[in-house]
Amino acid sequence: MSSRAGPGFSLRVTSGLNSSEWTGKTKHLPEMRLVPRVALFPTCLVDVMRPAVGFAAARLLEQAGCAVTVPEGLTCCGQPAFNSGDRKTARTLARRTMARLKDFDFVVIPSGSCAGMMVQHYPELFAPDTEDHAAARDLAARCHELTQFLVRVIKVEKLAAEFPARATYHDSCAGLRELGIKTEPRQLLRQVAGVSLTEMADAEVCCGFGGTFCVKYPDISTRMVDKKVEKIIASGADTLVAGDLGCLMNMAGRLKRLGSDIKVRHVAEVLAGDHETPPMADEGGDAA
Amino acid sequence: MSARDVILARIAARLPGDATARRAAAVRHMAARSAHVVPLRGAGDSGHRITLFSKLMIGVGGTVDQVETLDDVPRAVAAHLGAAGLPPVLRKGADETLRHLPWPRPPGLPLLPAPADPADHTTLSMAFAGVAESGTLLLLSGADNPATLNFLPELHLVVLPAARLHGCYEDVWPLVRARFGDGHMPSTLNMISGPSRTADIEQTIVRPAHGPRDLHVIIVLGA
Amino acid sequence: MQPESIRFKELAARALADEPLQRSMVATGPHFVLKRAKARVALPEFDELRDAARDIKNHVLAHLDVYLEKFEAQVQAAGGHVHWAATAEDARAIILKIAAEKRARIITKGKSMVSEEIGLNEALAAAGHDPVETDLGEYLIQIRGERPSHIIAPAVHLRREQIEADFRRVHDQFNPARDLSQIPALVEEARRVLRQKYLDADIGITGANFLVAETGSCIVVTNEGNGDLTRLLPKTHIVVTAIEKVVPTLEDASTLLRVLARSATGQDFSTYTTLMTGPRRTGDPDGPEEFHVVLLDNGRSNVLGTVFQDMLRCIRCGACLNHCPVYQAVGGHAYGWVYPGPIGSVVTPALIGIENAANLPNASTFCGRCEEVCPVRIPLPRLLRHWREQEFEKHLTPPAVRSGLWAWAFLAQRPGLYVLAMRLAARFLKWRGKNGRIAILPLASGWTRTRDFPAAQGKTFTELWRERQS
Repeated sequence: MSSRAGPGFSLRVTSGLNSSEWTGKTKHLPEMRLVPRVALFPTCLVDVMRPAVGFAAARLLEQAGCAVTVPEGLTCCGQPAFNSGDRKTARTLARRTMARLKDFDFVVIPSGSCAGMMVQHYPELFAPDTEDHAAARDLAARCHELTQFLVRVIKVEKLAAEFPARATYHDSCAGLRELGIKTEPRQLLRQVAGVSLTEMADAEVCCGFGGTFCVKYPDISTRMVDKKVEKIIASGADTLVAGDLGCLMNMAGRLKRLGSDIKVRHVAEVLAGDHETPPMADEGGDAA
Repeated sequence: MSARDVILARIAARLPGDATARRAAAVRHMAARSAHVVPLRGAGDSGHRITLFSKLMIGVGGTVDQVETLDDVPRAVAAHLGAAGLPPVLRKGADETLRHLPWPRPPGLPLLPAPADPADHTTLSMAFAGVAESGTLLLLSGADNPATLNFLPELHLVVLPAARLHGCYEDVWPLVRARFGDGHMPSTLNMISGPSRTADIEQTIVRPAHGPRDLHVIIVLGA
Repeated sequence: MQPESIRFKELAARALADEPLQRSMVATGPHFVLKRAKARVALPEFDELRDAARDIKNHVLAHLDVYLEKFEAQVQAAGGHVHWAATAEDARAIILKIAAEKRARIITKGKSMVSEEIGLNEALAAAGHDPVETDLGEYLIQIRGERPSHIIAPAVHLRREQIEADFRRVHDQFNPARDLSQIPALVEEARRVLRQKYLDADIGITGANFLVAETGSCIVVTNEGNGDLTRLLPKTHIVVTAIEKVVPTLEDASTLLRVLARSATGQDFSTYTTLMTGPRRTGDPDGPEEFHVVLLDNGRSNVLGTVFQDMLRCIRCGACLNHCPVYQAVGGHAYGWVYPGPIGSVVTPALIGIENAANLPNASTFCGRCEEVCPVRIPLPRLLRHWREQEFEKHLTPPAVRSGLWAWAFLAQRPGLYVLAMRLAARFLKWRGKNGRIAILPLASGWTRTRDFPAAQGKTFTELWRERQS
């Protein structure tokens, strides 16, 4: 257990290390008309590739009654270094990130992979009983992937959005296995008018992205994404949705190369009802 | 230093705590014989155990028959062989219980002495125990029920008294210890859950592989 | 066989182009996943059993020397012999010496990954013995001169047509006109051939799934019954196994057995689970007259007390292979040595050195499915990451990856520069795009050879966010 007080309200939270279940007063937040201060961590990929995801996430958070800030001076969470065996750089970046996120009630990330890095791996980077470790655990307890935050913390039950799509959801690995995200995105998608969900086979099997894996082992990665694409097409969906931009870029890239007209979108775009931004790797280009 | 001493020293050097404490902890663990997690599925009365055992045994291609008393076994054996069109010849070990059954006089059902011969079609064994949770028979090697009888024939018949059918493995180990003494075992203890099979070609299950084509269990309700 | 793990990329490329292999993987892969899932649902206590199994193995590893000594004493008390082998070479020498003393001709063998690890068949053959694998899958790969491609299904990469061709080539004693088009006919023929081998064998060699310290028993699990015939018919039985397989009691073994078959094949219990304790006893009409256990270390003790210790919990069920999308794409031979898949990528560097296996820990997306299904809850992605750390520390990381990482880390630690670089990247990745996608991208040809790269939107999110806030 760690507790944390922000101006105007206080929360008791369970450790986010193994579960992001919130207890105590959190569930009463809306009734209490408190405004949680949320840092939106956009992730490198959203920042460079698809700002629309960041704006969709911000809109969802604001609609849910949060005060959204995009902190200055954020770069990368350090996952590429961590997964490449460079713990030293990973630690340096984790310290930077923790320092810039320390004054927020919550940190919300439109990516299971980056959220998993902060929730599961930051604490592993530092020796127990150090200040850094305490800071990492503190951040882990406040840090959430977007859909998980909306469902488990804010307990969103009705979304205003409308988005006509026959959608299939791919469970990105880190979100699914490091954070236990499975029902949350589906629960939210069902609240969007016009969305009908259809499950693909093997929704929980990796798409072959894997960060640097897809460039280090392109042939294997391609075989994996081919199997994934086969299942996506067989699902009969017209829209592929997932919560991680890396996986989406990989699947969109293969679908488009194969000439498929299935639209590919980040879950935040659908939940926020963003029709204007063209689907990924699709005609149009700039919608900002 | 011998290889033994080198390996053990290397292990000891890498383990936490001193050797005496380690030894004491291991002795405690072995003495406790903790059962850990025992699945509930095997728990229940004899009827439940028989039902579960039979379901699982049949599910993996075995067959199960029930008779009332031990004296019914020879008739059940003869009927099974007759129905399958098999020669009425059996090989079995020196098991006292099996020996004293009312077998028909020769040449009714010739009983050949163990060990098994590769040409044997049918063998008969007495189970030491059964375990309902996985549909498993336990057989002990020795003159009574030689282990080769379990593997060489085309058809293996096993007599299982209902009173010897237990819920879980942990119910049986104390009986083995009581029979042979703590820490001692027969040369071979077979746990058998169905007839021999393989799935090594294209993951297609084919029976048999190297052992018996058929496994037939005769449960004796009144024994 | 010499390890070829260093050639993973090349072997993987070959595997991806191997049509029969690819057909086999697609046809068989889903079976294992489905069967395990069913077994898990059918046993409510399954995940709790996995926790217990993990705890038992952890306890064993923390008291390994004591349990090995106890196991040794109990084997000896039952009339068996225990041999300790520090290296693969020592293990081979011990077995060759016994085989020479017995003047063994045919040596039947039950399936044993340790035997593969020490290259036993080649050594026996070189010394003039005739080792015959009896597990059907092992037999199939032996007659092809291959390594196993899977821990529990060694011939999972083969199609029946290949096996038919092999049988026609090797079993020339049978009528060439016989019908071998169906799988049961192939199995029946192998049964006939191998039955004679069991009867003719002078020595039987098996592995062991568990060693019970309490009783000195070697537990051998099979579905075919080949392990038992290998033990029971020859005069001498040798068990070749490794030090981490010891468990304290029969109760401990029961818990592990409950998760083994379910994780491997989805069976409640394997068909034959045999506790083999010493040679035949006085008055026994069958069973081996001599019983030997060879306990192999071969680098395992070096893993104790390190961040890699958890790998020694492995009970070789193969579930991590069955659930690994990389293994399912390339099959087992691409891993270049004995142990494939996620556990292979963790174990192989420990046994042959990270410098000889550096590709293996990198060939993972860290999807985590392996850890999710492991019956003893080995944190496989974490162990793979630890190997990458070793590789990084020893400067084994390829120069291109290293300099890329360095450049990225340089930027990520300088927010001012980072922002500029991201803005440049966003503009470049928009400019480069056509119809929302990029067909060819410098430095990412691995991606764009088979995939489009989605075009960026032109400005970064942070840039746009600040513009809107002001």
